[in-house]
Amino acid sequence: MSRTIQNIEPIGAIVLAIIWVSPLVFAFWAAFHSTSDAVNFNLTASWTLDNFRTAWDGAPWIRYFLNTFALVTVILIGQFIVTTLAGFAFAQVRFPGRDLMFILVLMQLFILPEVLIVENYAMVSRLGLFDTILGVGMPYMASAFGIFLMRQAFKGVPIELHEAARVEGCSWFGILWRVYVPLARPTYLAYALVSVSTHWNNFLWPLIVTNSPDTRPLTVGLSIFGAPENGVDISVISAATMMSVAPLLLAFLIFQRQFVQAFLRAGIK
Amino acid sequence: MSRFVQIERRRQAIYGWILLSPALVLLSTFAFYPSVATFWSSIFSRQTRRRPSEYVGFENYSDLFADPTFWKVVINNLIYAGATIPISIVIALAMALWANSKIPARGFIRTAYFTPTVLPMIAAANLWLFFYTPGLGVLDQIGGLVGLPSVNWLGQPSTALWAVIMVTIWKEAGFFMIFYLAALQTIPEDLKEASDIEGASRWTYTRRIVLPLLMPTTLFIMVNALINSVKLIDHLFILTKGGPNDASKLILYYIWEMAFAFFDAPHAAAMTILVLLVLGIVAGIKFTILDKRTHYQ
Amino acid sequence: MTLSRKLGVVATAATALATPAIADTELTMYYPIAVGGALTEVVDGIVADFEAANPDIKVNAIYSGNYDDTRVRALSALSSGEPAQLAVMFSIDAYDLIEQELIVAFDDIEGVDPAWLDSFYPALMANGRIEGKTWGIPFQRSTIVAYYNKDMFRAAGLDPESPPSTWEEMISMGQALTNGDTYGLMIPSTGYPYWMFQALAIQNGKEVMSNDGLTTYFDDEAVVDTLEFWLSLSQEHGIMPEGTVEWGTLRQAFLEGQTAMMWHSTGNLTAVKNNATFDFGVAELPANVRPGSPTGGGNFYVFEDTTPEERAAALRLIEFMTSPEQAAAWSIATGYMGVSPAAYETEALQAYTAEFPPALVARNQLENAVAEFSTFETARVREGLNNAIQAALTGAATPEAALSEAQDAAERLLSAYQ
Repeated sequence: MSRTIQNIEPIGAIVLAIIWVSPLVFAFWAAFHSTSDAVNFNLTASWTLDNFRTAWDGAPWIRYFLNTFALVTVILIGQFIVTTLAGFAFAQVRFPGRDLMFILVLMQLFILPEVLIVENYAMVSRLGLFDTILGVGMPYMASAFGIFLMRQAFKGVPIELHEAARVEGCSWFGILWRVYVPLARPTYLAYALVSVSTHWNNFLWPLIVTNSPDTRPLTVGLSIFGAPENGVDISVISAATMMSVAPLLLAFLIFQRQFVQAFLRAGIK
Repeated sequence: MSRFVQIERRRQAIYGWILLSPALVLLSTFAFYPSVATFWSSIFSRQTRRRPSEYVGFENYSDLFADPTFWKVVINNLIYAGATIPISIVIALAMALWANSKIPARGFIRTAYFTPTVLPMIAAANLWLFFYTPGLGVLDQIGGLVGLPSVNWLGQPSTALWAVIMVTIWKEAGFFMIFYLAALQTIPEDLKEASDIEGASRWTYTRRIVLPLLMPTTLFIMVNALINSVKLIDHLFILTKGGPNDASKLILYYIWEMAFAFFDAPHAAAMTILVLLVLGIVAGIKFTILDKRTHYQ
Repeated sequence: MTLSRKLGVVATAATALATPAIADTELTMYYPIAVGGALTEVVDGIVADFEAANPDIKVNAIYSGNYDDTRVRALSALSSGEPAQLAVMFSIDAYDLIEQELIVAFDDIEGVDPAWLDSFYPALMANGRIEGKTWGIPFQRSTIVAYYNKDMFRAAGLDPESPPSTWEEMISMGQALTNGDTYGLMIPSTGYPYWMFQALAIQNGKEVMSNDGLTTYFDDEAVVDTLEFWLSLSQEHGIMPEGTVEWGTLRQAFLEGQTAMMWHSTGNLTAVKNNATFDFGVAELPANVRPGSPTGGGNFYVFEDTTPEERAAALRLIEFMTSPEQAAAWSIATGYMGVSPAAYETEALQAYTAEFPPALVARNQLENAVAEFSTFETARVREGLNNAIQAALTGAATPEAALSEAQDAAERLLSAYQ
């Protein structure tokens, strides 16, 4: 009995894997075939780039791509700054009210910007950041998850190094910059990958805050493209979808190990 | 001597607060103040041309409780959470166990499982739209091959929510698999060897040793999945828009619709407060009961 | 006003003081593309032509998704202090826009010519005329038309030049056309079910709302009969699939031969024409008590929060974009109707319709067209109706019960306005 299970298991795993990639595979196939061939599954039908041409003409994808790139970069920079400072404060600086503050920060894990969309949207408008990349990114910069990670990472730095730098006459910021930050590099890398993946794919908040193609990211652009009044064309939508996921997907396939390691690392904490 | 200590303490306190200030400013601006403002907004009526906004106490809340759509949405979300959380955890666990074992094509399998995670939910919805289209879609075509009738997956109240749930599970399971993989890799090899020496089967080993050791990870994933069951609604915009007849409407989508399509900010605010309360209770449970079982340094 | 807007005003004032020349008027316009992305180029072309003819006006045309997306975007922009002067939005948003005091009536804009307001098809002005004034100017307008597959008609022994003109014919022909893989007829019931329902109701002799936006007639006997009729098409006569028919994929289903006839917007015409591999025809909708269809589509609106110069500039832009030549070009490129009789007199449209008669069907149907469903609180009232239709079609409730519920909800919502 267990022998049979042993033989079936790999098959089960592979079948599940095939099922799991099938939506992507079908969309890939549909993108390169005319709509009629796609829905009829004419396996021998000719490949075509027409859908990509139509999709390409249908929206300013380059603009969207640049916007998304700018967005994740701005968010990442902001996050690095905020979480490094705050993580260090929680890890190594003793000050009154520290534990209470930490609890407040952790609460942010549950007060999602998405849930507070209406008020956050009003806030962004009040700050004059409506329809700007900064406006999309700001609510995410004080990432409780990031602060938590940095705190863990900094706590792991041996106290002797801290003392040694102190003895050399470094200020707090100097110690932070010279000792802690370099040692936490793996965590930064891991966090960067997680953050970029998350915000590359974010949808609801950018949907509300961006209004023009100048700031619109790929996700919102794709949703607008995919919901015209008079009907959807599966092949063209597949082509557009393929175009928008290609960058991140390729990056993932090439840097698989790093991605998985990054999420693993973030997970262990 | 003690004066030196006092000055040092004061300096540390100042530094601490300075270091913390960017985070605090941002959190106040985008988390704490909006929460308070949302509550404030929820106790006033809607501003229209004929009637300016006025204080109405908890009337917006009682309106919600009297609204059958609200209850439908709540039940939908409970079903959504109740289905996506356990199913994706079980699948994630199986995936992790398989990806961690010695079966062939392990790399391909792990990649395949994790790929949906790097896609945006909107793209995932587009991909699945191709599957769900009645008659022309992949599911119906495959069903047609074995003689099953065409099903209008997204157009029937009975299947619409489940179609949405399926997409969420597809997206989430790979993500949770990673956490399990991380945990599995921390289980020392000698435990397995010990159990082999004892003559325990693989199943017993898994059940008695691995699963209990994975409990902290499972709890962590459950909390994440719970938050996601509130947050993951992007696919509704593409697949069903909450229909048919509110069968697949989820609460965050309803909040968006209330605020931005119906121009009814106070009722949206009231719903937001209710969602925050539930999330707060979950947070409370996590930080008191659950964290007693796991240690943070 | 936000800080950046204040700075902007100061900067503009300073520039105005510094430059004695006439400052350019800048217009921001939101518009929905309803028929597929490539038309942003057509719009850009029209805008470029306008800017060439009007060097003192600069137009920033922002494509913002479908009608719902565009409404949300335009209003978000306004409420966050971002300037937008005009937008093309759903013709039926008018009541809500007026209620929120967001738009200005065209009669109140300086320099508007009342004769121009009357130069459009009256049926298309119906949704825009409220409380005695004109609030919206037609741009991309449509009616529902019946597309049908002539090859399938021939194969079923029916005359391909005589599509059904009454409900009975629709049923009998539908039955002749329905066989194993193909349905006779598909009427979409997701997306905009209320629109299709309105057509059926009018054909049955009853409007589902009053023309002042204050009353709905969902539980009227004729209206309930209409929903029962729609349901019977699948249940009793078997010419339509059970459950709901998906709006988004219906065109594809028609092109794939899954249905012999489909009811859809005339806005699909060009897309169907370019992709059909079979001989197809377009017909007016069949009649029961009378023929009829609601109009559909988007109007130009000018926003309230604008300066007189901006309003004048917006008026010039709208006049240009709805001029007979431009309207003709837009109609040919999309399948939407020419919005004025003069558009159909242009050479371009005369030639096009001579060569492709289906392009005239929607226009001919205007004679029997009614305003699209619109009331105060239109989104929520409409949602109630949509839900009732879907509940009945999926068997979740009887037509009578579903429509009753929708009527109660509508009355509750509208009571505040009566």
